[in-house]
Amino acid sequence: MTLEILTPDRKLFSGEVFGVQMPGISGSFEVLDRHAPLVSALKAGRLKVLRDKQNHTASYDIQGGFVEVLNNKVTVLVEGAIIIE
Amino acid sequence: MAGQLKEVRNRIKSVQSTQQITKAMKMVSAAKLRRAQDAIIQMRPYAKKLQEMLSNIVSNTEVESGNSLAVERPVEKLLLIVITSDRGLAGAYNANVIKLAKQLIREKYPTLQSKGGVTIWSIGKKGYEHFAKNNFTVSDTYKDIFLNLTFDQVQKASQAAVKAYLNKEFDKVEIVYSEFKNAATQRFVSEQFLPIPKVASSGNIAKSTKADFIFDPNKEELIAELMPKILNTQLYKAVLDANASEHGARMTAMDKASENANELLRSLKISYNRARQAAITTELTEIVSGAAALQG
Repeated sequence: MTLEILTPDRKLFSGEVFGVQMPGISGSFEVLDRHAPLVSALKAGRLKVLRDKQNHTASYDIQGGFVEVLNNKVTVLVEGAIIIE
Repeated sequence: MAGQLKEVRNRIKSVQSTQQITKAMKMVSAAKLRRAQDAIIQMRPYAKKLQEMLSNIVSNTEVESGNSLAVERPVEKLLLIVITSDRGLAGAYNANVIKLAKQLIREKYPTLQSKGGVTIWSIGKKGYEHFAKNNFTVSDTYKDIFLNLTFDQVQKASQAAVKAYLNKEFDKVEIVYSEFKNAATQRFVSEQFLPIPKVASSGNIAKSTKADFIFDPNKEELIAELMPKILNTQLYKAVLDANASEHGARMTAMDKASENANELLRSLKISYNRARQAAITTELTEIVSGAAALQG
């Protein structure tokens, strides 16, 4: 599936991933390949991009935002994000 | 004669140095304009997706959401967010924004101003100075946004406006700014910020995808969460547009100034040469007639 992370300032991430973990407003959740269409609000917390089952490539501390999953394409909109090494 | 020569030479020198400044300012503005345009382009995917998401949610709901940010109230207290620049020398840019703001107050809300129902939040120093001098109710909280133009800063202003609207400190919020078309043209516009104007949803629905979305939390809460974000983006877009317009306007103004300086230089050079030739001719005649007098 493809993942895009967008902020008002720039495009933070774009590419093929295995999955992504996000802090949903009613609890943390993970989106994997072929997830059903979803629109959800995110609260402040940590977002993890998974490259394969074990490894995650990048983590971001986000300030809350939204995620939309449609046709195996995940779009995350956040107002502010800091990348964590 | 020699005195006049020197005078012209001095003027030529001063015009040349002014021209150097205007040329440099033009170059600087061109570079800044590029950066400002980049910022606008960077923001576009985010803004577009946000709108898409909203129309996706709205098209999947039947009920008209009674959002508290979209309620029309009789306008007794108006907030104008006027976006000007911090610096001058940008042609008529600031004057035009201020003119539009005043025209808006005069034409759409003629009775409010005398009752003290108009408040202005000025973004940018020039507008602030003007409105403060002309006895408008003006707040300087956000005038320095251009010193450090980030989304965070703009977000603060937009959130404060939303909060004040919800607390009924204002019944309507409008933004006055200059939309960026290209480097040479700006479009001065006023835009309703709050209450959120009713979306002409019919056009959007056709475009949005009818999918069986899972909504978390429910649609109403999602819409309520999305609205403030969209407002943040709207104000951010206005500020970025104004920023690009400012640099565009300054670039054209400085280009024009350099051109005018060139023209001035040309005519000065002609009068300089004319004066020089006249001086030489007089001198020659003096020498020749002097010699003739000696011989005779």
